[in-house]
Amino acid sequence: MALIATINPLLTTGWFKGDAGWSLKDYEARGGYAQLKRILSTKMTQDDLIAEVKKSVLRGRGGAGFPTGLKWSFMPKAAPEKYVVCNTDEGEPGTFKDRDLMRFDPHSVIEGMIIAGYAVGAKLGYNYIHGEIFEIYQRFEEALDQARAAGYLGNNILGSDFSFDLFAHHGWGAYICGEETGLLESIEGKKGQPRYKPPFPANFGLYGKPTTINNTETFAAIPFILGMGGEAYLNLGKPNNGGTKLFSVSGHVNRPGNYEVPMGTPFAKLLEMAGGMRGGRKLKAVIPGGSSAPVLPADVMMDCTMDYDSIAKAGSMLGSGAVIVMDETVCMVKALERLSYFYYEESCGQCTPCREGSGWLYRVVHRIEHGEGRAEDLDLLNRVTDNMMGKTICALADAAAFPVRSFIKHFKSEFEYHIENKKCLVDPEIQRAGSGFFKVGAA
Amino acid sequence: MNNQYDMLSPEALRKIDREVAKYPADQKQSAVMAALVIAQDEKGWLPKETIAAVASYLGMAPIAAYEVASFYNMYDLQPVGKYKLTVCTNLPCALSGGVHAADYVKEKLGIDFNETTADGKFTLKEGECMGACGDAPVMLVNNKRMCSFMLPEQIDKLLAECE
Ligand SMILES: Cc1cc2nc3c(=O)[nH]c(=O)nc-3n(C[C@H](O)[C@H](O)[C@H](O)COP(=O)(O)O)c2cc1C
Ligand code: SF4
Ligand code: FES
Repeated sequence: MALIATINPLLTTGWFKGDAGWSLKDYEARGGYAQLKRILSTKMTQDDLIAEVKKSVLRGRGGAGFPTGLKWSFMPKAAPEKYVVCNTDEGEPGTFKDRDLMRFDPHSVIEGMIIAGYAVGAKLGYNYIHGEIFEIYQRFEEALDQARAAGYLGNNILGSDFSFDLFAHHGWGAYICGEETGLLESIEGKKGQPRYKPPFPANFGLYGKPTTINNTETFAAIPFILGMGGEAYLNLGKPNNGGTKLFSVSGHVNRPGNYEVPMGTPFAKLLEMAGGMRGGRKLKAVIPGGSSAPVLPADVMMDCTMDYDSIAKAGSMLGSGAVIVMDETVCMVKALERLSYFYYEESCGQCTPCREGSGWLYRVVHRIEHGEGRAEDLDLLNRVTDNMMGKTICALADAAAFPVRSFIKHFKSEFEYHIENKKCLVDPEIQRAGSGFFKVGAA
Repeated sequence: MNNQYDMLSPEALRKIDREVAKYPADQKQSAVMAALVIAQDEKGWLPKETIAAVASYLGMAPIAAYEVASFYNMYDLQPVGKYKLTVCTNLPCALSGGVHAADYVKEKLGIDFNETTADGKFTLKEGECMGACGDAPVMLVNNKRMCSFMLPEQIDKLLAECE
């Protein structure tokens, strides 16, 4: 997917040449690796570097929005063996920004990771890449070879006394490996089952050693932040919501794709950049932060700006920045059924509330969708979610519960109609036309 | 007697060695995911003996490698057709035709999810989000090749290309 539109390109500066602009010489030509060189030649201190990142108020782009500079400062200084890990296990339904970042500008991720290694005192890093994007994994390995040949990776980088090496590790089909401790288990060559926290990765991470783990987009932002200064980056966005962010817009818009906009950009503007609603149809609902975020009805969403605080205030989460747009052709029961199936399928099974609860949620939503719903089912669904949220090792159980609760909350009458009339409120023919798969007029 | 690794070609072992070299010397097991993919590519799927051979090469218990092979969705523990097609039907894709694309393939090939055509050519799988929802409908061919914007014409073309 080539870039279509942006305001203030930072992360996307390298995207305009499509697949022809990713290599080392292109990245260097647009100022790439200059920040790494500056840090090494001026012998910048780790504390100054982390302070600059803190100033930018960069918040983790993987979903939780945790301040990156603060996370880096948790790494114990004295530990002899530490790691930096990048989370490119992008599997949150609706999210496809890290794939394009890695495709069009892999060196920005590499430079960001090397700088992170310098800041936290790590000598080795891994980038964990979603198994489904194997072609991107191969490109990243090529980019690593380029960086190594140019002296940006390995021993005594650019003649300094700083050494850091970086390797790619691929997944092979497990959403749960996006959860940071599941991911670490997976790099260790095990099932990707999340660990109890605490201890957090900064104390007990990869191979039991202190580890900093960040999302791909988080690392990619680092060279830009250091280039313009933390404060200037913060000011691109709004207070407490620094910088720009990639939004993956999918669903019923004319131009699905990735859009980089300053934090605080009105949703209406983003929708317009994505070409507006497909076929000029009416907006019904938006999931603003990946499938795990609560759904918001059209009118609430149209009043939001795209930043952590505004979306949280509206009752949802900015999450990974995946904006799933649904128009009036969508049956909300069917939409929820597919999401509930996903969490049931991907639960790693360690915790009873998640393993059993996700199955219950899917089966009950399924029976409502298939005309076998019972009057008490909506209460039942809410009760099951009560028994899941906050009661498990990782947040997948909450991620399974949020869609269920929010779909019922905002579209209750549609669920009730289904249960009473044993069919969809939205005519199946209208639903079928919504996807655009079939040519208009064709059977 | 032949050694236990001759189930994997020297070429495959060389590729596995390259993976092992990415990790600290005492963490060979980290290479198991990549090694199983290399083995699966060579054998077409992962019989138990192949998994055991990979485990033994990496110095891990066979059960530990089997646990990995059975946890991750893209390892094939049963034989599959020459072309394994995985269609993403998750919600963001479904909004732009993911489910309809899967239905279309089912009808063209006369098989359902998790089935293989009688001639052994195609296996169809239902996939979860591949991180490419902007390109919906999307489809993976043999795990590694992603095909974007798979509307009827593109699907026809893809199926015709598969020899
Ligand atoms: C079920 C689940 C799936 C997740 N998937 C991803 C993912 O695909 N990519 C990602 O960066 N973070 C994902 N996360 C969040 C990570 O656990 C972690 O917070 C993140 O990688 C930290 O990086 P950041 O601070 O830069 O955002 C997931 C979390 C959960 C609970
Ligand atoms: S909450 Fe679910 S996915 Fe997370 S560790 Fe528990 S069972 Fe596994
Ligand atoms: S939902 Fe199909 S690729 Fe994301």
